[in-house]
Amino acid sequence: MAGIVGYGAYVPIYRIKVEDIAKVWGEDAESIKKGLGIREKSVPGKDEDAATIAVEAARNAIRHSGIKATELGAIFTGSESHPYAVKPTATIVSAGIDAGNRLMAADLEFACKAGTAGMQMVIGFVESGMIKYGMAIGSDTSQGRPGDALEYTASAGGAAFIIGKEKKQVIAEILKTVSFTSDTPDFWRREGAGFPSHGGRFTGEPGYFRHITNATKMLLEETGFKPSDFDYAVFHQPNGKFPTMAAAQLGFTTKQIENGLLTPIIGNTYSGASMVGLAATLDIAKPGQKIMVTSFGSGAGSDSFAIEVTDNIDAKRKNLTKIMEMINSRKVYIDYSTYLKNRGSIKKV
Amino acid sequence: MERSSSSLWRKIRSRYDLVGNECKNCGSSYFPPRVVCRKCGRKSKMVEKKFAGDGEIYSITRIRVPPDTFKDEAPYFIGVIKLKEGPMVEGHVLENGIEPKIGTKVRVRFRKMYVEGDEGLIYYQYKFEPV
Ligand SMILES: [Zn+2]
Repeated sequence: MAGIVGYGAYVPIYRIKVEDIAKVWGEDAESIKKGLGIREKSVPGKDEDAATIAVEAARNAIRHSGIKATELGAIFTGSESHPYAVKPTATIVSAGIDAGNRLMAADLEFACKAGTAGMQMVIGFVESGMIKYGMAIGSDTSQGRPGDALEYTASAGGAAFIIGKEKKQVIAEILKTVSFTSDTPDFWRREGAGFPSHGGRFTGEPGYFRHITNATKMLLEETGFKPSDFDYAVFHQPNGKFPTMAAAQLGFTTKQIENGLLTPIIGNTYSGASMVGLAATLDIAKPGQKIMVTSFGSGAGSDSFAIEVTDNIDAKRKNLTKIMEMINSRKVYIDYSTYLKNRGSIKKV
Repeated sequence: MERSSSSLWRKIRSRYDLVGNECKNCGSSYFPPRVVCRKCGRKSKMVEKKFAGDGEIYSITRIRVPPDTFKDEAPYFIGVIKLKEGPMVEGHVLENGIEPKIGTKVRVRFRKMYVEGDEGLIYYQYKFEPV
C-alpha cells in the first residue's frame, strides 16, 4: 500500500497557561489542569490563520520529503477554521509552496478529522495511479467561547503529510485504514457563527469514545493485530484525559501513547491534533516499528490507520524539523489580555 | 497597500515564495524582480530566481505609531533584510523571544499581511523570524 514520504508540522509561538485563563473566570486552575490533563495551549499570532499554519507545515513536509512541490498531484486541506467561507485554503497552500498549477486541490471539513480524511483520499488517488504524490493537511486556529470549558483547550497548529508509493521514498507504509461514521450531534458551528456549540457531556460517550473505539476495533479485527503489536498509538486528543481513557479501554498502555500525546503542552489543535501526534511519533520511531493512529471528528467519525516504519526513515531525517524541538524552542507566554487581542483578529477573518 | 484582485494575483509568487530574478550576464540577483539588470542594461539576461528566505537583519525599526492598515499590529518591527543570495528586502520581523538586532539571522515565514475589512480579501506575504 501507499506510504508517507514526508511530513511536517507547525505550532505557533504563543502560549497561554491554564492559570491565566482560570484567573479571569474565578476557576480553580489545579482542578482544571487535573480534570482536562492540560497545562498550557498554543495561541495563533494576530497574523496567523489556518492557511498560514498549513503553508508552514507544508513547507516543512516538502523539505523533509526531498520531493519537488511540483510533483504533487493533489493537495487537500482539512480545517474547521478555513479563513474564507468561499475560496479554498488548498489553493493558498499550493501557491505558498510553489506547487505549480498541474494539481487538484480541495478543502475538507469534518471537525477534528478533516486532515486524516484527506490522508485517506490521497492514499486512494496514489493507489489508483491517478497521482504520484499527494499532500493532506490538517490545520486549525480553533476557538472556544470565552468562559466555556473549550477555552482551556482550543488551540492552533497543523501538520502536513505527503503520500506516495515509490519504495525508496516511503518512510512509513500505510498497512490499512478504516473509518467508522455516524450522524451524531455532539459539536457544531453554523455558517457565520463566531464560536462552536457543543452537547456538553454528550460529546464524550456517544461522540469521542464510541467512534474512537469502534474504528480502532475494526482496524484491529481487519488486520489481525493486537494492541501489543504496536510500538506506538496516537488517538485524537481534545484534552489530555480522553485519549488516555480510550487507550486503556482498548488495551493500549500509557507508554504506547505518551510520545504522540501533545495536548497537555499545546492544547487541542483540532484538525491538526492526531496528525501532529503522528508527526511527533514518527520523529522518534525506528525502522520496523508499528504505529496505530485513530482520529475523531465530531458530527461524527473516526479514521484509523495501521502504519509500519521503513528503513528509509533515518536517512531522511537530515531535513526534518522535529515537532518537540519546535514546541520547546519557540515559545512566548502571553497573558489573557494579549490573548484576547490576538483572538479578536482571528475572529475577524 | 493596493486593494484589487489583479494586483494581488500578479504579485502572489513574489509575495508568497520570494520569487525574484537574476541576470545571467553578470550574476546580480533582484527582489522584487526587475525587467532589466541595473548593471547590464541592454545586455541583461533575466531569469526567474527563487530566494530561500534566509538572511540577516541589515536595519531594524520598532513601529509604535503604525499606518491605519496595521493599527491592530503595533508595536511591531520592520526590518531591511539582506538575503543570503544578495538582495535587500524590507519586511515585518516577527516576535519570538529573540531580540531582533542588526546582524541577527532570520528565516522566512508565511503570514497574513493585511485583511480587507470583514468581506474583502486576505493578503498573505513573507515576514521574517529571528533564528
Ligand atoms: Zn547583469
